[in-house]
Amino acid sequence: MKALLGLIKPVSGEIKFCCVKHSEIGYLPQQTDIQRDFPASVWEVVISGTLGKRGIKPFYSSAEKKLAKKNMELLGISHLKNHSYQDLSGGQQQRVLLARAMCATTSLLLLDEPVAGLDPVVTEEMYKIIKKLNDKGITIIMISHDIDAATKYASHILHLHNEPLFFGKTEDYILKGSSSFFKGGEKE
Amino acid sequence: MMTLSELFSSEFMINLVVRALVVGFLVSLCSSLLGVSLVLKRFSMIGDGLSHVGFGAVAIAAALNMSEMKLIFSIPIVIATAFFLLKLGNKGKVKGDSAIAIVSTGAVALGSLLYNMSGQRSTDICNSLFGSASLFTIGDIDLILSLVLSVGIIILFVFFYTKIFAVTFDESFSKATGLNTSLYNTLLAVFTAVTVVLGMNMMGSLMISALIVFPAMTSMRVFKTFKSVLISSVIVSIVCFIIGFFAACLLGWQTGACVVTINLIAFILFHFAGKSIAIKKNV
Repeated sequence: MKALLGLIKPVSGEIKFCCVKHSEIGYLPQQTDIQRDFPASVWEVVISGTLGKRGIKPFYSSAEKKLAKKNMELLGISHLKNHSYQDLSGGQQQRVLLARAMCATTSLLLLDEPVAGLDPVVTEEMYKIIKKLNDKGITIIMISHDIDAATKYASHILHLHNEPLFFGKTEDYILKGSSSFFKGGEKE
Repeated sequence: MMTLSELFSSEFMINLVVRALVVGFLVSLCSSLLGVSLVLKRFSMIGDGLSHVGFGAVAIAAALNMSEMKLIFSIPIVIATAFFLLKLGNKGKVKGDSAIAIVSTGAVALGSLLYNMSGQRSTDICNSLFGSASLFTIGDIDLILSLVLSVGIIILFVFFYTKIFAVTFDESFSKATGLNTSLYNTLLAVFTAVTVVLGMNMMGSLMISALIVFPAMTSMRVFKTFKSVLISSVIVSIVCFIIGFFAACLLGWQTGACVVTINLIAFILFHFAGKSIAIKKNV
């Protein structure tokens, strides 16, 4: 994941992108404890997603403001615009970060355990939102420990356990029986 | 004790006071801006560690009979330490906070040992720990350096404000979307190091990190957006400095201790103001 984003160098081999540039990937990282009490308005967080493609221009342009507004509407957080990020619930914070990621991309989103620490109801909502974005034509790569949700929403699955154990269409993954990877896949 | 009119009685005194006031004003401004970013990145103790290293460097400069050159001597050392600590903060076997403890106490120990061996009076060392009570120690070079530093920091925060926000809020996201995060971290380290060294003279190396931490913490009690916290920090820092500075001049007390005490009072006031705002919101 980090290699894909260019945060670290791959251990071996190289990563090739066919049609997106590095700066055009939207990324939803796991939350850090720095963010939990960070003084920032929702607006400040969302619009900071546009920074990557902007070069050295110091201030936000009206096009960037429009993009941020559009993505806030898309994720249903427009009413929170002037709220403080630290006062929001976990699910709302996650939606704010997703809106920020959407500002950075038009085609590819990388999500790192987007539902970690969310309760079941909010988790379900989150998956619905991600599905909605996916249906709009955005490629989504998601790291998840939630196999049920993965088989329900994803089109392809890459199952890793120290090494790649499976990559292919979700139907094939279900046919093979995902549980077999946990029982039969262990080498001990 | 002296009155304001006595303070400004001779041209010589006026020059000294104005010079100290300007340097202190600029250092307060710089430290408050840097402080917001450092506090939020959980780097508050770096200011403290750097000031101890600065103390060590000043003591060594004094031991080598280079007291006039102490700024020139200590700035490169402190900048190098800042780099080292920021790098360690990210990774490494020795974790950030213990690394700071090791580096800062080690520097103090080495500095005072060398100083003792050189057999000089210990008042200088006391001054650099607690800040000097006299204004004579602030030279033209302090003034020039603090002017250059403030211009640099103001340019950074006005024109690259949005990027500083992004890098502070979420470094890995910023890096993933193509921001040069290590450039911003480097600038932060260099500016912090120079601010600490400049402020040490007046504030004392034991208390200079207060200028970095207090204004940001105070403002965060009440304000909840990045921009408002930045603006409030600058105002709080400068107001506290001016009150503390004149109180110290008029009463003949140490500037550093006075300024930090005023900062502490401001923090307590803001803390209760923030609490009462939160209660009002809930009602």
